[in-house]
Parts: sequence; C-alpha cells; structure tokens
Amino acid sequence: MAEPTLTDTAAGPAALRRSPLAHFADRLRDATVTGPRGVAVSEWPYATMVSLRVDPESFAAARVEKCLGAALPARCGETAPAGPRTTLWLGPDEWLVVAPPGAAPLTAELQEALAGEPGSAVDVSGNRTVLELRGPAARDVLDKGCPLDLHPRVFAPGRAVGTQLGSVPVILWRTAEDTYRLLPRASFADHLARWLIDAMSEYALPEVP
Amino acid sequence: MLLLNCPWCGPRDETEFHYGGQAHLPYPESPADLDDPQWAEYVFYRENPKGPFAERWSHATGCRRWFNAVRDTATYQVLATYRLDEQRPDALSEGGNR
Repeated sequence: MAEPTLTDTAAGPAALRRSPLAHFADRLRDATVTGPRGVAVSEWPYATMVSLRVDPESFAAARVEKCLGAALPARCGETAPAGPRTTLWLGPDEWLVVAPPGAAPLTAELQEALAGEPGSAVDVSGNRTVLELRGPAARDVLDKGCPLDLHPRVFAPGRAVGTQLGSVPVILWRTAEDTYRLLPRASFADHLARWLIDAMSEYALPEVP
Repeated sequence: MLLLNCPWCGPRDETEFHYGGQAHLPYPESPADLDDPQWAEYVFYRENPKGPFAERWSHATGCRRWFNAVRDTATYQVLATYRLDEQRPDALSEGGNR
C-alpha cells in the first residue's frame, strides 16, 4: 500500500492522519442492531485529549481550574464538564481533559496556567481513540466483559473510570442513560471493536427465554 | 479471584492489578558500604510466611497507583489495603508459621 503523501500543503499534516478505526467504519455501521434490544457503536475520531498532572492542593491547580472553568474532580469516577470539554479523574493527581477535535490551544492554555510550577499538560490525542456505544442493550454488552457494577445507582451518567473491557484496558465513561464512551489505546482499538461487534451480535436475534 | 480494595478507586477485580512483591523493603541507607552477600539479601531474599504477608500492588488499569496490601497467604483473604504513606496496620503482624 502506498504511503499517503501531502499534496494539499494548506491543509497541513492533519490531512494525512487516519483514525485507528478508519478501516473498520463499515463493519461498525453494519453491526448496528435496532429495536427494543438495539445497540450501535461508532468511532468518535480525533478527539482532543490532554493529560494533566498537578498537585490538587497547589496554586497551579487553582489556576488550572480557572482555565478549565470547573473544579478538578477529586475522587474516582467523577467528571467535570465545562462547555464542550470534560475533565475525567484518572488518579489522585492525574486527569484527562477530553474536548472535541481541533481544540489544540487547550494544551497551551493549561501549560500557561501551570506557569512553570510542578505539573504537566501534554497533548495525548493520538494515545487513545473514542468508541461510542449506545442503545438499550449497551449495558448488557458491557456487562459481558467488564468486571465493574454498571448499575445506575453505582455508575450513573456522568461517571468515568479506568477499568478493563474484555482484556483491554479502557476508560469507561457513561455520558447518558444509554450512551457509553470507551477510550482504549489506539493499538487496542481494532481488537476492542471486534470484541464489541461479537458481543453485540446476539441482540439482533430473538431473545432466548 | 481476589477482590482488592484500591485506596483510591475502591474494590476492584484482581485482573485490574499488577503484583509487586514484598512491601516495606527500604533501600539501603549507605549503599556503598554493602558487600555482595548484603546486596544479595536486599535484592533477592524475601519472606515466605504462611499467614499475613504485606505486599505491593499496582492498580494497573485504573488509577495506576502503587499501594500496599496485607494478604493471608494461606487463605488468600485480603486483610487490609493502605496507601504507601500510611503505616502498616499494627494488628496484622507477620504471620509466621501457623
């Protein structure tokens, strides 16, 4: 296969990028199940992600919170939405800021907010991709491979945790009642997509009592 | 399957964790003064009790933090988990041979 070359220089290197599941988009679309046990999966490519590390007690953290427009989540599972971007708790001094594609200035803004104090803000958009799983049967699909209790009383919309799905480490983020976002590492995305399609296939058939 | 109570994330499946061996092994205070047998003891020699054993675990697919756990090596019961900056619970002393 020929390597893609940059013919339109005005578009910049972004014109050359391919998302980790670009080759799999048709398969994901074909796997859609409709009806009362419906479930569908799609990729949300090129989301901007910034890895943020800072001592939550420091002045730098206060400036970062001002920059983000929301307090940094303090406990496992919490998220802090602020406009189009959401901050996910990854660890006691580690967060992932997720924003729509093209929010490039975000990293620079956060670095400015740190102002040289201990901490870091690094663009890690290429590290993970985002899979969105939605539909009434979405939780049943996840229950097949996730050891966590995904009942709404424990894992309500707006919560996000680092865990495992199948054998793949993912960040699992419930964005709405029937919608989950899965953030696997880019190199695991293909395997996870195949795992999901396999797990979803039974819902296209009549329910076995 | 063990259920480990991560100090940051709460109870999670063993599959999310990575084992790190015996806990509370301080680095030698003056490494330059150690002879070979003493180095060997520091690097390789480990307790092997039947009973409570303090060991390190890392929550590899969750918060990625290291913490300590006291586990009964005979029953696999996890008696306590605590952060690295916390003291080992006094009541759970090394088990010896039961």
